[in-house]
Amino acid sequence: MSTVIDTDTQPVDRLEPLTGGTLPRIAPVLVGVCSVALGVLAWLLGLGVGGAVVVAWLAYLVGITGWTRAVEGSRQSTDTLVKTLMWTAFAVAMVPLVSLVWTVVARGAPVLTPQFLNDDMSGRALLGVGGGIYHAIMGTIMITLIAAVIAVPIGLFTAIYLVEYGKNNRLAKVITFLVDVMTGIPSIVAGLFAIALFIVITGDPLPRVGIGGAIALSLLMLPTVIRSVEEMLKLVPDDLREASYALGVPRWRTIVKVVLPTAVAGIVTGVTLAIARVAGETAPLLLILGTARVANWNPFEGPVQTLPVYIFQSLGQTTHFKYGEIWTDRVWGAALFLIIIVMSLNLVARIVGKAFAPKTGR
Amino acid sequence: MAKSIDVSDLDIYYGDFLAVQGVNLHIKARSVTAFIGPSGCGKSTVLRSLNRMHEVIPGARVEGKVTVDGQSLYDAAVDPVAVRRQIGMVFQRPNPFPTMSIYENVLAGNRLNSKKMKKSEADDVVERSLKGANLWNEVKDRLDKPGMGLSGGQQQRLCIARAIAVKPQVLLMDEPCSALDPISTSAIEDLIHELKSDYTIVIVTHNMQQAARVSDETGFFNLKAAGQPGHLVEFNSTQKMFANPDNEATEAYISGRFG
Repeated sequence: MSTVIDTDTQPVDRLEPLTGGTLPRIAPVLVGVCSVALGVLAWLLGLGVGGAVVVAWLAYLVGITGWTRAVEGSRQSTDTLVKTLMWTAFAVAMVPLVSLVWTVVARGAPVLTPQFLNDDMSGRALLGVGGGIYHAIMGTIMITLIAAVIAVPIGLFTAIYLVEYGKNNRLAKVITFLVDVMTGIPSIVAGLFAIALFIVITGDPLPRVGIGGAIALSLLMLPTVIRSVEEMLKLVPDDLREASYALGVPRWRTIVKVVLPTAVAGIVTGVTLAIARVAGETAPLLLILGTARVANWNPFEGPVQTLPVYIFQSLGQTTHFKYGEIWTDRVWGAALFLIIIVMSLNLVARIVGKAFAPKTGR
Repeated sequence: MAKSIDVSDLDIYYGDFLAVQGVNLHIKARSVTAFIGPSGCGKSTVLRSLNRMHEVIPGARVEGKVTVDGQSLYDAAVDPVAVRRQIGMVFQRPNPFPTMSIYENVLAGNRLNSKKMKKSEADDVVERSLKGANLWNEVKDRLDKPGMGLSGGQQQRLCIARAIAVKPQVLLMDEPCSALDPISTSAIEDLIHELKSDYTIVIVTHNMQQAARVSDETGFFNLKAAGQPGHLVEFNSTQKMFANPDNEATEAYISGRFG
């Protein structure tokens, strides 16, 4: 039975080596230093700063990829190449963001005094004495809140219909299509709609009412709200709906007490982001709200000032021979405060999202 | 309080697709009835038609008759919500409500229907249901913790507690142990034995030993052929089904010679 295998004549199947060459850990630093040196050299030879940076970057890309290929092989070198490109893209994307925040904070922060926040543009403000953005802050908050009050219930109910009742019937498909179309409405068109609406209602050829601005903003918010709520409701597993139905709970109670609480974190986040998005709208508000120098608490009559419009309007004064500098400061201050409002809304959305998220208890 | 169920000439459709054809069976009160059969033969579909849960799927409809204690479930005037309040269901995957604590999960059937309850009464319901589901000792010190924090087997027993908290007449179980380990499975089988004295239980299972262990009567479902609707091949006492079934196909399936 037994046969003797002659091991000398049989080819031996060996495991391929599991180790390969590796670059020293400081390789990227070495290549980096050389590339920077090359860039500086290019700069000394009379190339512009931009050109020098490009030269250094190219040198790094070619150097690190080539070295990896020589030592570690082609798969690793492709990895290094793509990784480097990715980091470059990330850095390029960060440049405008960091530069924007830095500039606005650096130039706006000194302007943001309590007096600037509590003063409006009445009295001698136009002559460079005092002046502030109180009226614009209050206008922004009022108009955005009214817009949210209009858009959020409509958006919420539309999304509930689409997910819970529509289930891809024809009406739901038409609504989804219209929502998609609405997403693409330019904001100035929303403003034109609002102004046309109020020309019809008031008969005034150039109406100036706060509620009109809120309607324009709510038009812009609506598709965002519907879309985000829809996505969140779709994420609620059908298992939970079935569990609720099986307990003899009617559909509307299942939606109110099971589906919405499960999705509430995402819904609140989506709605808050939609609000933050429209808080910075300028064009439609310029059309329908006009400009004002003092706070106007009546959304049904008279112009209302908002921060974006204030910034736009002040920008026109920055070239004034005498008060130009004061106006420039006001623009930066208002811009910083607008960013602060939007950032805090984002922050609130995150905190609320965390607080409402279903707890796993693990 | 348990009720018997009669099914006669039941056809179940999904849209134009006939999923199950010509089912006739009688489910006795206070007994465990098991449905066995290969995947896709319509066991779960028949089970879900017993408390009108299959209607949740768009396009699903039923022809034929299902009567519980003499009342037809599919009369035009019947409210499916009222049906489901009396015929509870436990699903294949444990599905406690993620926003609720263990305590609230057990009370979900009452709370979601806005039934007013005193605190002491609610406490009693929670304790009775959790004890009924063999879960009380494991969770009594952490009733306010989220239901999702329990293990899979505990979650499934929590779902059973939730289902029996509303005191249904019938309890339907759709492969309640398929996602569980043997120890949790054995806990739930013990539970089914205990629940049998108060409830009529119908259970769908892929595990034939489980059917043999827990059920009094067994129904074997099969497809007539690939692409054909599923049907009930044989319905008999479990003892007879596993000892000498009337039908050859049943014997082949139970003994593992299936084809």
